[in-house]
Amino acid sequence: MFHLRSLILGSCAAALMAGAVAAKSDITVAMQLEPPHLDPTSAAAGAIDSVLYSNVFEGLTRFMGDGSVVPGLAESWEISEDGLTYTFKLHSGVTFHDGTTMDAEDVKFSLDRINADDSVNAQKALFSAISEVNVVDPTTVEIKLSEPNGNLLFNLAWGDAVIVAPESIDNIKQLPIGTGAFKFTSWTQGDNIMIEKNPNYWGTPAALDMATFKFISDPTAAFASMMAEDVDVFVAFPAPENLPQFEADPRFQVLVGSTEGETILAMNNKQAPFDNVKVREAVAHAINRQAIIDGAMFGYGTPIGTHFAPHNPAYVDETALSAFDPEKAKALLAEAGFTDGFETTLDLPPPSYARRGGEIIAAQLADVGITAKINNVEWAQWLETVFKGKNFGLTIVSHTEPMDIGVYANPDYYFQYDNPDFQTLIAKLNKTTDPEMRTQMLGQAQKVIAEDYVNAYLFQLAAITVAKAGVKGLWSNAPTQAIDLTAVTWAD
Amino acid sequence: MVRYMLKRLASLCISLAVASLVIFTVIEIAPGDPASFMLGINAQPETLAALRTELGLDASKVERYLSWVGGLLTGDFGISYTYRTPVAGMIAARMWVSLPLAFYALLLSTLIAFPAGVFAAARRGKVGDMGVMGATQLGVAVPNFWFAMMLVLVFSINLRWFAAGGFVGWDKGFWAGVHALTLPAIALALPQAAILARVMRSSLLDVLGEDYMRTARAKGLTTRQTLWRHGLRNALIPVLTIIGLQFSFLLAGSIIIEQVFYLPGLGRLVFQAISARDLIVVESVVMLLVFSVIIVNFLVDLAYAAVDPRLRSRA
Repeated sequence: MFHLRSLILGSCAAALMAGAVAAKSDITVAMQLEPPHLDPTSAAAGAIDSVLYSNVFEGLTRFMGDGSVVPGLAESWEISEDGLTYTFKLHSGVTFHDGTTMDAEDVKFSLDRINADDSVNAQKALFSAISEVNVVDPTTVEIKLSEPNGNLLFNLAWGDAVIVAPESIDNIKQLPIGTGAFKFTSWTQGDNIMIEKNPNYWGTPAALDMATFKFISDPTAAFASMMAEDVDVFVAFPAPENLPQFEADPRFQVLVGSTEGETILAMNNKQAPFDNVKVREAVAHAINRQAIIDGAMFGYGTPIGTHFAPHNPAYVDETALSAFDPEKAKALLAEAGFTDGFETTLDLPPPSYARRGGEIIAAQLADVGITAKINNVEWAQWLETVFKGKNFGLTIVSHTEPMDIGVYANPDYYFQYDNPDFQTLIAKLNKTTDPEMRTQMLGQAQKVIAEDYVNAYLFQLAAITVAKAGVKGLWSNAPTQAIDLTAVTWAD
Repeated sequence: MVRYMLKRLASLCISLAVASLVIFTVIEIAPGDPASFMLGINAQPETLAALRTELGLDASKVERYLSWVGGLLTGDFGISYTYRTPVAGMIAARMWVSLPLAFYALLLSTLIAFPAGVFAAARRGKVGDMGVMGATQLGVAVPNFWFAMMLVLVFSINLRWFAAGGFVGWDKGFWAGVHALTLPAIALALPQAAILARVMRSSLLDVLGEDYMRTARAKGLTTRQTLWRHGLRNALIPVLTIIGLQFSFLLAGSIIIEQVFYLPGLGRLVFQAISARDLIVVESVVMLLVFSVIIVNFLVDLAYAAVDPRLRSRA
């Protein structure tokens, strides 16, 4: 009798549990930073895109997990011979989450808003070539450019260019209304944001019914939340030292991919002694990249020799140009007249790649006679003094914007590299739309900055995601800071 | 008594005015522009200017100080630079986590400290006393964030009794909220309990040495009776002072514990606001904490006066 009862109870419990597992259609995703507000078109904060990009908001084009750009709300487009007119054909029958239709008027509204005088779009510069946006018919939009722009389709995929509606723009910061496969449900500030499946989605519907984003900034808390299984996925996991534990545990999977973050030791090219290319070359040779990757990033990261993402097909490996060679570094310093080395400052923003990496770099520089005084700064302070004030010697920062080699053509950019030939090259590149030509020119650009030793190029930041073993369809790379849940499912 | 109160009230107002000026100056002096933080490194100068105008940052510092203080006086804390919602609402929402957490921790710390302190005082110099004193020594020495991590390791990761952090919200029910706050409250409470138990013990021992205690014994009361009837009540005054101080500390000092347990409380709000240069939020929250400390002190002053008539006449 006793056996029978426990048998029945046991099978009931098993049946209940099996039911619960099969019905799992929600997911809890953790990330470090909370979005300040929910408008991807008026802030640079990556956390906004993490939650909303592709899930809630969509643009004319979109990034896929492998970094490619594919049609989004536009199903196709035509580019005129002179490269000055783009005609986009929109999907028909697309509605916003509030039920209003998405048509060419909304596209015009969204793009005009980026270029308006009082625009607060963080990437306004990417779209400055757009001179006019015309509505041809409800599903056709014509974009006119003042000069050809080979990057337009790529730039339109950014979260800063998603399509928003005039009807809902006033409350977008608290109540985002997009066209995506998920709609916004709620935001408990400081704790979580919830989104739910959009039943009226125009494309392939999401497999999940519900998703919760949680914000856990402390690395130890991040580890505990995964281990306690409070969260299902942790994107950009902040405690790489704990990864072996997750890899060894069958309950979890660890996804390691690439980001668009070129981590560099930036040098102030206009300030002595870094205005001397020999000194910059010496710094580049003084640095042992692998030691930094191992010591600061626990082995996660790909060495780079120029300002370009290694996973990009146009990448050229220039690491040999700045191979670790302290003797050569000392010789170069002597040639430049710094036999006894010199003193400089090293400003370090908060991320661990900078703080931990900075300690190692300072030690490596000391070995060749360069004394780098470490100065830990908060981001706001870094933006003010280093980025805007250009008041620095050395600094470590990861440039997470995709395809941003063009910043080297701006002599006012914080590291102040001023090479007219390079500026001409980038100006030509921007006007080139032929893919093969572009690849060739991008290769040339990478070579020029590597040979000029503008900065010391360290490594490409790795994208590290820890997830429950059953989660499928997550991006392992991070071509943009998005946590695209539209294709995520639970394995049975 | 009225004159005493007025005097206290005047000094309270002066303290608040000075505090507001110091807070504003210190926070505004630190480098970092909220607009460039919001828009990142690709922002165009005209975009930054547009955002600064939108945020009201292009007004002079004096104007901004006056409008901030004016707002505070009328209960309007302004609009957050980053979140773009009224600061008062944000603070109120966070208070629903931080205040209950502080009360919960205070309750736990008192519940632990009272019996421990009385027990140790009653067994002065014996094994029980030494045990309690050793434990409190440890409680004072152990940092609460480390203790918090140990709690998570044992009760969340291994035993799975509690979530490792986060707050479900009071709308999920009173007990669900209490459950979510239990580990953080214990982590906050233990070091405070250790301090409180030591104060309780020494204060009780001081009282036990008083002449009137001997008199009480002499008139025939047992040790236990003298302890409970005469000792405890008189030993309570310094203990209550410490509790008052601890409450302010628990409210303001839970920043680290809120990080460890990722609770959406006041401490975490300040933490986020500082790194985002959300100056108006930082200023308002710090001002509120200063206000609460000053008010608690004011109430304590009044309580002293009520208890001790000598203070009234001296004023």
